Amino acid sequence: MTALPAVAPVGRAAEFEAVIGLEVHVQLLTRTKMFCGCAATYLGLPPNSNTCPVCLGLPGTLPVINQEAVALTLRTALALQCEIPKFSKFDRKNYFYPDLPKGYQISQYDLPLSQRGWLEFEVAGVERAAGITRVHLEEDAGKLLHEGELGSADHSLVDLNRAGVPLMEVVGEPDLRSPAEARAYVTALRQLLMYIGVTDGNMEEGSLRCDANISLRPAGSQALGVKVEVKNMNSFRSVQRALEFEIERQAGLLRAGEPVEQATRGWSEPEGRTVPQRSKEEAEDYRYFPEPDLPPLVIAREQVEAIRSALPELPRARRLRLQQDHGVSAAEAHLLTARAPEADYFEAVVAAGAPPKLAATWQLNELAGLCQRHHRPLEASGLAPERLAALLSLVEAGTINGGTAKELLAEGIETGADPARLAGERQLSQVSDAAALTAIVEEVLQAQPRAGRDFQAGNDRALGALVGAVMARTRGRANARLVDRLLRERLPRDPGP
Amino acid sequence: MSAAEPTAAELGRRLRAGEVSARQLTEAALARISARDGRLRAFLRTSPERALVAADAADRRLREDPGAAPPLCGVPMAVKDVLCTEGVETTAGSRILEGFVPPYTATAVARLEAAGAICLGKLNCDEFAMGSSTENSAYQTTANPWDLQRVPGGSSGGSAAAVAGGLVPITLGTDTGGSIRQPAALCGTVGFKPTYGRVSRYGLIAFASSLDQVGPLARSVEDAAMAYAAVAGHDPLDATSLPEPVPDPMGTLRGPVRGLRLGVPHEYLAQDLEPGVRAAFDAACVVLTDLGAELVEVHLPHTDLALAAYYVLAPAEASSNLARMDGLRFGPGAPGSRTLREAYQRTRHDGFGPEVRRRVMLGTYALSSGYYDAYYRRAQQVRTLVARDFTQAFATVDAIVSPTSPTVAFPLGARTRDPLAMYACDILTLPCNLAGIPGISVPAGFSEGLPVGLQVLAPAGEDARCLRVAASYEAATSWAATGPPLEEAAV
Amino acid sequence: MPIDLDTVAHVAALARLGLSPAELEQAREQLSAILDAVDRLQAADTASVAPTAQVGDLRNVMRADEARPSLPVAAALANAGGRQEGLLRVPAIQ
Repeated sequence: MTALPAVAPVGRAAEFEAVIGLEVHVQLLTRTKMFCGCAATYLGLPPNSNTCPVCLGLPGTLPVINQEAVALTLRTALALQCEIPKFSKFDRKNYFYPDLPKGYQISQYDLPLSQRGWLEFEVAGVERAAGITRVHLEEDAGKLLHEGELGSADHSLVDLNRAGVPLMEVVGEPDLRSPAEARAYVTALRQLLMYIGVTDGNMEEGSLRCDANISLRPAGSQALGVKVEVKNMNSFRSVQRALEFEIERQAGLLRAGEPVEQATRGWSEPEGRTVPQRSKEEAEDYRYFPEPDLPPLVIAREQVEAIRSALPELPRARRLRLQQDHGVSAAEAHLLTARAPEADYFEAVVAAGAPPKLAATWQLNELAGLCQRHHRPLEASGLAPERLAALLSLVEAGTINGGTAKELLAEGIETGADPARLAGERQLSQVSDAAALTAIVEEVLQAQPRAGRDFQAGNDRALGALVGAVMARTRGRANARLVDRLLRERLPRDPGP
Repeated sequence: MSAAEPTAAELGRRLRAGEVSARQLTEAALARISARDGRLRAFLRTSPERALVAADAADRRLREDPGAAPPLCGVPMAVKDVLCTEGVETTAGSRILEGFVPPYTATAVARLEAAGAICLGKLNCDEFAMGSSTENSAYQTTANPWDLQRVPGGSSGGSAAAVAGGLVPITLGTDTGGSIRQPAALCGTVGFKPTYGRVSRYGLIAFASSLDQVGPLARSVEDAAMAYAAVAGHDPLDATSLPEPVPDPMGTLRGPVRGLRLGVPHEYLAQDLEPGVRAAFDAACVVLTDLGAELVEVHLPHTDLALAAYYVLAPAEASSNLARMDGLRFGPGAPGSRTLREAYQRTRHDGFGPEVRRRVMLGTYALSSGYYDAYYRRAQQVRTLVARDFTQAFATVDAIVSPTSPTVAFPLGARTRDPLAMYACDILTLPCNLAGIPGISVPAGFSEGLPVGLQVLAPAGEDARCLRVAASYEAATSWAATGPPLEEAAV
Repeated sequence: MPIDLDTVAHVAALARLGLSPAELEQAREQLSAILDAVDRLQAADTASVAPTAQVGDLRNVMRADEARPSLPVAAALANAGGRQEGLLRVPAIQ
């Protein structure tokens, strides 16, 4: 469908530099809406069943601030290193639209809950930081359903279940320079927000919605070009694709000597392009003014410090600490800290006595694979960290071998049984008794004399076959490393010329 | 109203004594409305069935334990149509809300009903409370019971006329720039605007949120105080409602004014007052002095600017508050519209009357890009200055007294073509709203046969003091016991 | 401050008032008169005066994050003119 490749040829566009700032709207994990007692979760409910006089905007009704939404916003602001001004207030943003029952959105204009922070992220292995202009709080609108195309439908249908759901807006500085950076920024932001437990981060369901401001300027220039707002990017991939498309579109205009029009465009995922939504001439005059129905907020320093001290360790700090304290590799640390429950699990396994390197390998490979197969997140695997630690202790001590451990782990995930206990019950202890294994090695060599000769003649693969045969005779319990050593001692090769 | 018309306090005594039942009072009031309201046109609609159900419930309470029944249990009342009533159409005097039946009741109404008062129906008002004569109602004009060719004042004109016309002893009104006190003055009743935040605004169809306040109109200060005590107090549904407990106004109502210092604002008397109004006020000052109060001149230097600030701030808030009137979720809307824009435009053009459209235009302009600082922000700063005037005055006086309205009731139609002349009606009342302080109007005699009101203003939170000064004045005079002469003719 | 017809038309459009040309002209006259009257605000000395958006000193008025019952769909839409299968039906957006 798309006329352009999914990845913009950076080299061709290098005559221009992109200047990108992102605005991310985040649905918060509150129980109720921003200003009334209706549920903040509305998915799957019959249309308009999650409404009340307040969120329907019926005459005479009044908003009251949900304190949890404020708390979650402050938590976010502090995790993004923002300043929390002493005084903050809500304002009305006035415009008419059928999904906006009151004819205004309660938002924050000139005195938001927080401002001036930053977000650290990594792009292609390089650490970057982008400024956060502000984090503020507002209310979501309802949903419009059109029958047919927007332009041709003779009517629209409105569901107000979402109207009034708390929406936190994280406004970023125009510090990003490429679609890849933008994608990495959103990825890191989502990770952070999920870490601190303020959102479920579900982009497909709209818990995280991304708008971008993007302009192009000649490479090396410091002036800013004409800004275009791109809306409706609801996945990491669409952030990158939409911005790649927009860079090419604007670059094309500039190369042809045509002006870029200041406008709002929407990303159309199926078409793979941005389409015009509103031009500047039609831009609304929102007539912001202080919301007279809500007294202002004065955030005490003690409250800020209390929220700050209750913040969990943030992803980057945790990543560095895991590397430093536990000696895991940078790549492992990245994977282990992708989500807080992953890192929590790892640390619990280590705390229960497992060697960190072994724990990391097993969690990221065996356990992650099993969870994926069972479509369960790690925290719902049913395997307590202590049980993995116990299993790994058996591996580390050489009591059972790796293959046995993998089978037991799989069974543990499948049935909920304790793998280490299974090992004991089934007497699956690894055979590390050199005398016993030597006897078996002799049996195997008698049965397969040719393989022994082949190995001695230089065929390494023959040794594998012999090890396999020993493992088979011990039903997999033999200490593979010891078998390998015994075979090599028994089948010496010529030291060579 | 004649001297024979009992007050709510008196009705309450008779109810508790078993001399009369709530049902009898309710039926009698409904009969009075049928007989007289054809000429007064104070009610937009009555809800007799709902009222009789409530009356029977009140009678059960009175029978079971008359001593425990609240003072207003069984007493008929009615409310301005900007207050939502569950299951009863609520229009705010506007076509745009025709047929709107709220699924909830305003907190103030619910509290009066919980206290056993019987709500008979909804009272006429200027559309969305915008006006000073009740002529901006989309449905009807209300007559002044003292002279049917004159306005009752506004915007709570129906609330004032219903009390003055003897239909019900107590009504609720709302006051954004004088909309309780001015019609009370023009109809010869008591009208009380409490401190901003004392009475919940939940369920009050907003005009200007930072100025609106619900309050009672009544035949006596005591009745007003009882109704105020019933409706005041914190409401978790209104974030601007004051959390502190409300000092009981009844205990101090009969307290003396001897020794109180009462300020007379120089700038208020410098306004263009009708001579009869000025004379009545001067006479009231003599009464207060005789009661032992000390009257001193005070200055409220930003009075002239207050009117300008008010007519920026109130329309600005209104332009936003009325944005929800889009015809999509309630109201007649504009059936047959092909596009959404057409539906909005037709709904709001045909649904709003001229004065509402004018204020929406003014408010939208004052908030729009490029004009915000010159108008809206500047008006907010002036609001600070107006509030500061009162703070400084109250540093030296306990309360402020003035005429309520520069004029007596004017003839119907006299000011409808001159918005600025209509706006000037509020000059003595609206500074109080800008400052958020309590104010009351109490009958203070007559000018050319028409009632004049005395306004008493007190510092924020001193609602009880406001009521006490008014009650003392009322007790020393007989104005409140004088009823409109036309009443008998109207029966 | 005199106000021109374009501004009046812009304001009327922002407020979705659907004023006719004659009504716009009338609005221009009336608004000009009212703005003349409120223009005395410009003369006020407000140099160091903080604006008042609300009276009183209420701060941090918030509610606990506790659910309250929603309305039944029928009640929520009872006053709406356009309804279709539990949804509000509104004219086309163009």
